[in-house]
Amino acid sequence: MTEPLNLLPALPEITLAVGAMALLMIGVGGRNEERGELVLWLSVAVLALAGVFVTMGQGTSIIFANGFIVDPFARMLKVLVLTGAAIALIMSQDFWRHEGGVKFEYPVLLLLATTGMLMMISANDLIALYVGLELQSLALYVVAAFKRDSVRSSEAGMKYFVLGALSSGMLLYGASFIYGFTGSTVFSEIANAAQPSGANLGLIFGMVFLLTGFAFKISAVPFHMWTPDVYEGAPTPVTAFFAAAPKIAAMALFIRVVVSAFPAITDQWQQIVIFLSLASMALGAFAAIGQRNIKRLMAYSSIGHMGFALVGLAAGTEQGVQGVIIYLAIYLVMTLGTFAVVLSLRRDGVMVEEIDQLAGLSRTSPLMALALAILLFSLAGIPPLAGFFAKFYVFLAAVEAGLYALAIIGVLLSVVGAFYYLRIVKIMYFDEPAQEFEPMPRLLAVILGAAGLLIMFFFVYPSPLVAAADAAAKSLF
Amino acid sequence: MSYGWPILSTVTFLPLVGALLIFALRGDDESAARNARYIALWTTLITFVISLLLWIDFDPTTPKFQFVEERAWLGPIRFHMGIDGISMPFVILTTLLMPLTVLSTYGAIKTRVREFMIAFLMLETLMLGVFCSLDLVMFYLFFEGGLIPMFLIIGIWGGSNRVYASFKFFLYTLAGSLLMLIAILAMYWEAGTTNIPELLAYDFPPEMQTWLWLAFFASFAVKLPMWPVHTWLPDAHVQAPTAGSVVLAGILLKLGGYGFLRFSIPMFPLASVDFAPLIFALSVIAVIYTSLVAFAQEDMKKLIAYSSIAHMGFVTIGIFTLNMQGLQGAIFLMLSHGIVSAGLFLCVGVLYDRMHTHEIAIFGGLVNRMPLYAAAFMIFTMANVGLPGTSGFVGEFLSLLGVYQVNTWVALLAATGVILSACYSLWLYRRVIFGEITNPALNLIQDLSWREIVVIAPLILMTIFFGFHPNPILDVTATSVEALIADFNANLAAAEQGSPAQAE
Repeated sequence: MTEPLNLLPALPEITLAVGAMALLMIGVGGRNEERGELVLWLSVAVLALAGVFVTMGQGTSIIFANGFIVDPFARMLKVLVLTGAAIALIMSQDFWRHEGGVKFEYPVLLLLATTGMLMMISANDLIALYVGLELQSLALYVVAAFKRDSVRSSEAGMKYFVLGALSSGMLLYGASFIYGFTGSTVFSEIANAAQPSGANLGLIFGMVFLLTGFAFKISAVPFHMWTPDVYEGAPTPVTAFFAAAPKIAAMALFIRVVVSAFPAITDQWQQIVIFLSLASMALGAFAAIGQRNIKRLMAYSSIGHMGFALVGLAAGTEQGVQGVIIYLAIYLVMTLGTFAVVLSLRRDGVMVEEIDQLAGLSRTSPLMALALAILLFSLAGIPPLAGFFAKFYVFLAAVEAGLYALAIIGVLLSVVGAFYYLRIVKIMYFDEPAQEFEPMPRLLAVILGAAGLLIMFFFVYPSPLVAAADAAAKSLF
Repeated sequence: MSYGWPILSTVTFLPLVGALLIFALRGDDESAARNARYIALWTTLITFVISLLLWIDFDPTTPKFQFVEERAWLGPIRFHMGIDGISMPFVILTTLLMPLTVLSTYGAIKTRVREFMIAFLMLETLMLGVFCSLDLVMFYLFFEGGLIPMFLIIGIWGGSNRVYASFKFFLYTLAGSLLMLIAILAMYWEAGTTNIPELLAYDFPPEMQTWLWLAFFASFAVKLPMWPVHTWLPDAHVQAPTAGSVVLAGILLKLGGYGFLRFSIPMFPLASVDFAPLIFALSVIAVIYTSLVAFAQEDMKKLIAYSSIAHMGFVTIGIFTLNMQGLQGAIFLMLSHGIVSAGLFLCVGVLYDRMHTHEIAIFGGLVNRMPLYAAAFMIFTMANVGLPGTSGFVGEFLSLLGVYQVNTWVALLAATGVILSACYSLWLYRRVIFGEITNPALNLIQDLSWREIVVIAPLILMTIFFGFHPNPILDVTATSVEALIADFNANLAAAEQGSPAQAE
């Protein structure tokens, strides 16, 4: 590299970091209640600005002594993460108002977490990876416990922190093994050392621990235990954020590490991914059936969906990575739309989280019920909704790679999964109406409507997303 | 014949436009419901009239796909539509039954009329799409998309046990279809395309054919339905509103048979030959077993549902005879059954609208109060039995004729099904129509209204017309079926020549 220091590719991260600091200053400068909302909207603006910077980049550039890479893959995933973070932030406004005003720390913490996620996506060596991951995690531990007077919220934060710290420990342990046996922390050099002939037990040992850490972050079975409790306990807008942005960032990291650091020993990590995928799909499908709390249900649903996304990665091919990216993009829209509904279920000023309370929603608020029904059918993967295409592309990759057993078990588990989504539709459409909810806040209604329309009419013009995901996947191989 | 406009897309997506119009309706409940009914009726009628152009301009001398439309859509998966002699009659059947069914709901569907009509029109688009698709993924989209509106129709407007029935319907069918999806993906990687005409010409390796055939079988057998995966159908029929039953029996069941004709036989000829005995066995069991089960029913709809399964048994027997008579008979039987079972369910619906029950024991002696109704019901019963002079006879006769050339035992056993169907149908008819009125509630029951006559009369006319003069349908399908058989035999010969070489 002739240029000593080129900061331009890292402009989005710098924007977010500087923005977070500046907003912190604005926040402490006045009375909390007044500043909070201002900071929230400014944070959304900072996220949007970062998004603009991300899309302005072109080609592939590697900076910070091989530690930081910006390629089409990173750009695509960053756009998804920024979108998810911004929308989750917008959706939180109404909730915090009911809680007595937006606290300015909340948007600032989310900005910091998002900075960490962007760094994860761009990480090109183990140290950058760890720094990004921890920046994200530490900010998220705090927001999970953000309602500090609520026992449930504090418990969620605590649980998340303890288990998260454990997983970070395992990840570091694995990273140290990898460094010890390959002599480098940079992915490309690890890839050079990790040849099938040279792959010794120590390296594989380290890789397994590393993947364990990732599995924890994407809440793949058997490292999912924290998810239902944290989803249920954390304040609902935080849950919405958890379901959207961090999952995508962690999955991006997972993909980048296995594809660019261990391409030659695919058969070694492939079996791990297949197991994670099968176990997650199965647990997500079966455990969700008994849930009565919609946040817990969404937790199990997200476990299942990560399992489906991993089906694509299990193929270990370019097609598979494309499938995962498409899956994540569509899942993002579906989950944000669903949480827009969850956030607006309010009766006499109190949040309602029981699924049975949705009874007869199709009569009391027909449009909301319709949009939610579209999202639920899509989550179940029924054509012609977008969720079908998400599953279509990951299974397409799995079949190409000859993973027939995985594909067949996967589709059968999606039938089991369809059952609990249908149950919600049944409650909304077939049951007699319960008491009406408070009218949906306009912002949430707009987000839900947009999500519903996107999912419903995705099939009309699907090529842009498919082509973008294709370009992103190509840059990794 | 080409028009300046894409006629197949128009026919397929016009109902969707109607659904959007109804969605945009505002106003108080009464007037909105009335407008929704009008829009639905007119949309389906216009769709029917346009679809008649397809029949008029159809060229029955060529087995090629006609009215073809092709457009870029999703990379290798293209928007591709067209019909041949096998699919065209099903398109007309669908567009014909729809306005009649909409008209029949005027008295039956009183709640949430707007939503009902939207679901119904969406269902029409999805069913037409299945018959018109010339791309495998598109086919799948339409095939499975139909689950959503039907699930809602059964679940919202159905009977007392509707939730169970709708879930069973949905999950059963979904499980079958998803296995087909995996097969579709495998076919894409093997042949490099999802274009149906290209896939029809592609020779899949024998080993692969077996698995692909089984995966498609899982889907079509559930949809048709074949014994032993038929159990969702009686539940769905009993709980569904009349209009739902009509569409289910009249069209949705035919998707399975159509699938066998379009995919299983021409694309996997080796496997089809291998598995033909399995199909025969299952079908014969279905014909005899479900006919016996039909005897034991206390519920009219359930009885007709079991009778449908038995008739579908004839269809699968006819299809897998793989000769001209069998295939023609199977197609004809499907079309005829579409008309006759729709008529029977409409007749049951007439009683349900008046008495709010399907139970056989409630009725008896209806001929005294409802002579017109008794006549209509009789014609459909006779067609269901397969009496010569009704459309039911032609299909069953041709199917049996076809299978007799292949396997006389199957023909013999299947023919007992005809006798059994006469027994339970006539038994049903006697119990409901003849005798004295014993139930005092029936003393004031009204005969068919004008609206009901308008709904039922076309079906009666067609039942009798095609019974005496089946050629309009047989001529249309003949060329395509001949090509199908010729193609099938050529593929088979090529594969049999190829396989010993591979073995060495």
